[in-house]
Amino acid sequence: MSALLQLTALTAHYGDFQALFGVDLTLDAGQTLAIIGANGAGKTTLMRAITGIARVTGGSVVLDGQRLDRMAASDILRAGVAMVPEGRRLFPSLTVEENLRIGAYARQGGGFWTLPRIYDLFPVLRDRRNHPGTALSGGQQQMVAIGRALMSNPRVLLCDELSLGLAPVVIREIYAAFPAIRASGTAIVVVEQDIGQALKVADQVHCMMEGRITLSGAPASLGRAAIHDAYFGVRQA
Amino acid sequence: MRKVLLPLVLFLAVVLLAALPVIGSRALVQDLFMVLCLLVLALNWNMLAGFAGLVSVGQQAFVGVGAYGMFACVILWGMDPLAGLLVGGLVAMALSVPVAFFTFRLNGAYFAIGTWAVADIARLGISQWKALGGGTGTALPKGAVQDMPGIQAIRALIGGSKAAAVDALTYWLALALVLAMLVASWLFLRSRMGLGLQAVRDNPVAARSVGVDPVRLKALVFLLTAFGTGLCGGLLFIQIGRISPDAAFSLLDWTAFVIFITVIGGIGTLPGPVIGVLVFYGLQRLLADYGTVYLIVLGLIGIAIMLFARRGLWGGFTQRTGLDPLPLSHAAPRPVTPTDP
Amino acid sequence: MIWLDTLIQGLMLGGLYALFAAGLSLVFGIMRLVNLAHGDLIVLGAYLILGIGTATGLNPFLAAALALPPMFALGWLLQTALLNRVLGEDILPPLLVTFGLSVVIQNALLMGFSADSRKLPVGPVEAQSLPLGPVNLGVMPLVTFVSAVAVIFGLNQLFYRTALGRAFRATSDDPVTAQLMGIRPDRVFAVATSIALVVATIAALYLGARANFDPATGPARLLYAFEAVIIGGLGSLWGTLAGGLVIGLAQAFGAALNPEWQILAGHLAFVAVLLVRPRGLFPRAND
Ligand SMILES: Nc1ncnc2c1ncn2[C@@H]1O[C@H](COP(=O)(O)OP(=O)(O)OP(=O)(O)O)[C@@H](O)[C@H]1O
Ligand SMILES: [Mg+2]
Repeated sequence: MSALLQLTALTAHYGDFQALFGVDLTLDAGQTLAIIGANGAGKTTLMRAITGIARVTGGSVVLDGQRLDRMAASDILRAGVAMVPEGRRLFPSLTVEENLRIGAYARQGGGFWTLPRIYDLFPVLRDRRNHPGTALSGGQQQMVAIGRALMSNPRVLLCDELSLGLAPVVIREIYAAFPAIRASGTAIVVVEQDIGQALKVADQVHCMMEGRITLSGAPASLGRAAIHDAYFGVRQA
Repeated sequence: MRKVLLPLVLFLAVVLLAALPVIGSRALVQDLFMVLCLLVLALNWNMLAGFAGLVSVGQQAFVGVGAYGMFACVILWGMDPLAGLLVGGLVAMALSVPVAFFTFRLNGAYFAIGTWAVADIARLGISQWKALGGGTGTALPKGAVQDMPGIQAIRALIGGSKAAAVDALTYWLALALVLAMLVASWLFLRSRMGLGLQAVRDNPVAARSVGVDPVRLKALVFLLTAFGTGLCGGLLFIQIGRISPDAAFSLLDWTAFVIFITVIGGIGTLPGPVIGVLVFYGLQRLLADYGTVYLIVLGLIGIAIMLFARRGLWGGFTQRTGLDPLPLSHAAPRPVTPTDP
Repeated sequence: MIWLDTLIQGLMLGGLYALFAAGLSLVFGIMRLVNLAHGDLIVLGAYLILGIGTATGLNPFLAAALALPPMFALGWLLQTALLNRVLGEDILPPLLVTFGLSVVIQNALLMGFSADSRKLPVGPVEAQSLPLGPVNLGVMPLVTFVSAVAVIFGLNQLFYRTALGRAFRATSDDPVTAQLMGIRPDRVFAVATSIALVVATIAALYLGARANFDPATGPARLLYAFEAVIIGGLGSLWGTLAGGLVIGLAQAFGAALNPEWQILAGHLAFVAVLLVRPRGLFPRAND
């Protein structure tokens, strides 16, 4: 199986501050990958670098043979990478339905995800379609943000901290949508602080610390101790 | 070596400028009077827009009110023009209080529109003042100006007509105003308040968290620059001798030129307006025969500066050479982007 | 009776100001840009209509229609070549660039067309009026007013009913996240400014048809337009219409008391409204 998304020696900076130090990552078609790490490890920066919002200063991002790292964010979306940003970031002056529709702004032609299918995926949103997006609860906003990203029918969906600030029931409800998303053929990368959740959904887990990937493997193969060490920065023997 | 050279050059320049009425022609004195006044206005506007972030396009309100204040003192109450000058400045400063109260409610760019509307209100209001000629304006009585204190002594010094002595006196006052403005700006910007102001400009959030109250600082700058601008307005119209609402509240003469001067020289830098006014004067002389072309060129230069070199000629110079002969703070410049917490 | 007449005059005048202001309001709502050259661009549009009319012999209404595409293109050029490069956190560069542009346009027009004042020859409609109960309503003022309402209505539909309008609002809310939707903010801004110049051309038609204009006409009109936008509440198009009407009514009643007070009364209404409602009549919730 050839890689769908391939990062090679990716570095990124904020001004003079280097946030990523040569990250290598492979995502295969149909795969779900989790990235875990403490606050400030560089997970969000990695997502932003892939989607063209953070400044990539070295290395490459290749999607199915196409270089993304020099492209504008809007073109990367067109190439097939969508993101659910940290903090959801709904557009306050758009209603729920408008927030969903704008996800399809750049879309040409059809695709699996349509407005009715999003409403089927998250039925609560159907009743709230004409409310301002920011008038919903945190969990519902997260659903809108996921739906909005899906509306572009991406080949790769990046999710940054879906569980942030949500109650466990709500988190479960949101992750319940994953099988359907995967079934639509979309590969997924989730960033999570909630390690338990990450291990549950992912085929492959990467642990980040200080801008580097320090540990990778299938969830079953990773021992709790190893994850703990990679997460909190204890030197590995 | 360099430490001695710069003050020496500056000192010689000031001496030369001061001696000009004695050694130069009257036309040159009149020209440079105008240049110095524009410099005073530019130094004030630079404090407002470049340091306090208050982009006003209504400073002509204070020029006009200062000038009309002076005229009222002389014509209606028979005061000496120089005393009238001071009153004009104070009136301008007093006016700035309600103006600030109103315009400070307007956010960001709309502050500019607010100041502009206020200036138009002032112009239209003054046009209703029939005792000072209403919309057509009036002239200063010749005697009042030529009997100002010191005129006789100046005539003795430079030899020439009373009118020439008036020109010399106003010129020296303008020069003194420039020097006072420069020294005051320099001291203010290096004071605790001035550094606070620059901190607010560079990073409002951080500045607030270290306890700088931006609104009070800005209001103070607004007040003080209204005073400086009003004084300059009075001085301008002592020399011009005639006043009308359109001339005293001219957006082009007292604000547009001043903006271009500051932007070209380097907004937010202390030497900027000085450099800018020299370029402005040079352009004006060079293009004097081509009428409006000169304004078009000014506009285009202003746009180009904003596109390619935001800190103007002076900012470009210090950046390229890495050398700032007139640093405003002792601290090394902080990086703009926040780093690892 | 005279008051009724003044009231109608004021409303009609307000419609004209709302037309001047509509483009400004749109551009400000989307990119927080205060375009100080907008008034001069309207005057430029009036000269363009005049030029097309003279060259082709068409009446000003048709000439204005022909002027729309070049003005649209000018808006695109202006935004991509100039304004996009200076938009950002710092409000100073865009203000100063548009200020410089205002001076350049004014003086270029002065060079090209001299300071003589001109008028667009609309023909007999200019003098026609409709008897409306006890007062007479000029046809041109009425057409202006109706156009203003139509323009505001159209812009509002565009803003709230179309994909482009959604992109406008999303970009205005959060340009970074908008890029994640595949929106190119630079292009969205270019479209917005182009549309603003189309509206400016319509405003130019009525400016030139109803009164004399010369190269220096821009700034004063711009000031009334800005006052309308600010009183209306930033970013609200219907608010801008309301703001235009407030200024128009104040000016008409001021003038009825004393012709010298017309402009002053408009400015004072502006100040008064803002003292009572600092964010204007219809502020947008999330600003
Ligand atoms: N806009 C920014 N400017 C400067 N530095 C930044 C910026 N955003 C993030 N950083 C820095 O980059 C590093 C990585 O941050 P990032 O947001 O990617 O971490 P994260 O792993 O997503 O953390 P969290 O779990 O808290 O979301 C941190 O040291 C952070 O301080
Ligand atoms: Mg993060």
